[in-house]
Amino acid sequence: MVTIANRTEIRTRFAEGVRLRIVFEFFLHGLLFLCAAVSILTTIGIVLVLLMESLQFFRDVSVWEFLTGTEWTPKFKPQHFGILPLFCGTFLVAGGSALIAVPLGLGTAIYLSEYASPLVRDIVKPLLEILAGIPSVVYGYLAVVFVSPVIRSWFPSADLFNAANACVVVGIMIMPMIVSMSEDVLRSVPRSLREGAYALGASKLDVTVRVIVPAALSGIVASILLAIARAVGETMAVSLAAGATPRLTLNPLESVQTMTAYIVQVSRGDTPTGTLEYRTLFAVGLTLFISTFVLNIIAQWILSRVREKYE
Amino acid sequence: MSLSEHSSGRPFAKLASRLFTIMCASCTLLCVSILAILLWNVTSYGWDSLNWDLLTNYPSRFAEKSGIKSALVGSLYLIGLTALFSVPIGVGSAIYLEEYAPRTRWRTLVQLNIANLAGVPSIVYGILGLGLFVRAMHLNRSVMAGALTLTLVVLPIVILASQEALRAVPSTIRQASYALGATRWQTIWHQLLPAALPGILTGVILAISRALGEAAPLVAIGAATYVRFLPENLLTDEFSALPLQIFNWTDQPQKGFHQVAAAGIVVLLAVLICMNAIAIVLRYRFQKKVKVVTFNRILVYRGIFPKRIETNGARIDIIE
Repeated sequence: MVTIANRTEIRTRFAEGVRLRIVFEFFLHGLLFLCAAVSILTTIGIVLVLLMESLQFFRDVSVWEFLTGTEWTPKFKPQHFGILPLFCGTFLVAGGSALIAVPLGLGTAIYLSEYASPLVRDIVKPLLEILAGIPSVVYGYLAVVFVSPVIRSWFPSADLFNAANACVVVGIMIMPMIVSMSEDVLRSVPRSLREGAYALGASKLDVTVRVIVPAALSGIVASILLAIARAVGETMAVSLAAGATPRLTLNPLESVQTMTAYIVQVSRGDTPTGTLEYRTLFAVGLTLFISTFVLNIIAQWILSRVREKYE
Repeated sequence: MSLSEHSSGRPFAKLASRLFTIMCASCTLLCVSILAILLWNVTSYGWDSLNWDLLTNYPSRFAEKSGIKSALVGSLYLIGLTALFSVPIGVGSAIYLEEYAPRTRWRTLVQLNIANLAGVPSIVYGILGLGLFVRAMHLNRSVMAGALTLTLVVLPIVILASQEALRAVPSTIRQASYALGATRWQTIWHQLLPAALPGILTGVILAISRALGEAAPLVAIGAATYVRFLPENLLTDEFSALPLQIFNWTDQPQKGFHQVAAAGIVVLLAVLICMNAIAIVLRYRFQKKVKVVTFNRILVYRGIFPKRIETNGARIDIIE
């Protein structure tokens, strides 16, 4: 028997379900929005924490002295707070590692995208991903135990820990990044460009070097910039391998200190909170953040242009 | 190919082409052999210290008595908590950005922000953790402070990978689900997430392995390197972590500690390579299967309707 009561009951239950649903959906929408807000809050947090302590620091040390000073001696009297030696150390290591990683990485990327059989590619790419997944402290260990003795036997005048040491391991470290990103860009070059070049009688070498690589150039440059940003921010390997002497030099055989290595040094020592030395941590951190931020922004901008071009 | 080279009138074209191929191939070979040499060196160096005592001993002033017990347990706590925090938040923000957020300039900005966060050096996150979790929230140098800091480090990885996975789900699935009367969340929970799961899992595994190997942010928040106990209270107790312990031993001048460090590295790499292998297998399966999404789930939709409707005394079961 169908009764009216039954029908209305079904209808009210239905309506209740809808109402609950709407509330639930609304609630979830808000919750997910909060999740997405975390990443924005992280950025704001980083900027606030770095700026607040850095402003305190710049009350005692002028920005001009910080940016142009050529001596970094926060631990001895007279104290000097010129970031240039740390900055120079950082970019010496980053540049040196790029010199190692770029030719090697680019050659591998070209081989994998243009020459290798699918089987080789399927084997090599995961292997390179393993190389990319090795923690940086392991590279630091390698630099200390294996690379350093080799460099010292070739160049006896080299310091025990030196920039070249760090360049080698950081170069190996960022190379997989260049390979995988460049390979993606090389493979996204439209087939029509290759076919057009072959139709004009170009050899495989011509097609690769004069057509594909130029077409993918902006993407390759972006991958190199991102790799350099990674090398600039690289911490554990560098602080183990490069030494701890802030020095304004371009000689890779000397011991240098990078910005990241300085932060590690201060963090490991017991520096009392609120002292000028403690605040250098944040001032150096801010400089590091801005350097990598600029490199990343440029790379992102180039990559977004590449995407517009081919997609 | 040979025809083009003969007619082009360049006698060295073929030779140059071959040389270039060999050059590129040897680059690849070099990359792969670096990996092999690296693994071989570390393993052979740490082989003697690689025994059961390594796993059950606490660190010590004497290299031969040193072990990684506290570091390993610390690391496991860290990655467990990091996964607990970063997966819901990361997947949640990916869902918001892909499925909810209107395509405005704000979304582009948030997206750019996440891409940039992925490139921020991990030590900068460490400084943030020092200022926010250690000092402002008074978590001191506890496991929780470390895990929260690592969560921020790996969050961009989880978000970007999950977004990628959600984007790869064919839009026909969404449309079919909406057409059957499903709400937005029902579509996400019953259709999109199951379809995107392998991709999301890959990202999560990569993020966790990053968290496992990360030492710089832990150094910055001041985590201890010499801990002879296991953390019991996650909110107060000090901790150590495997990469931190390795860092500390490598920094010692004595060769004995280098050997223990090598053994520690072998343990760390073994865990990491297993995790990476799972991620790679997942992704390869995912790449092949992405188009074959189970449509049977969508046939009967368990939506706003009750599971069972009783009318006229007859019962209609909604089959699943």
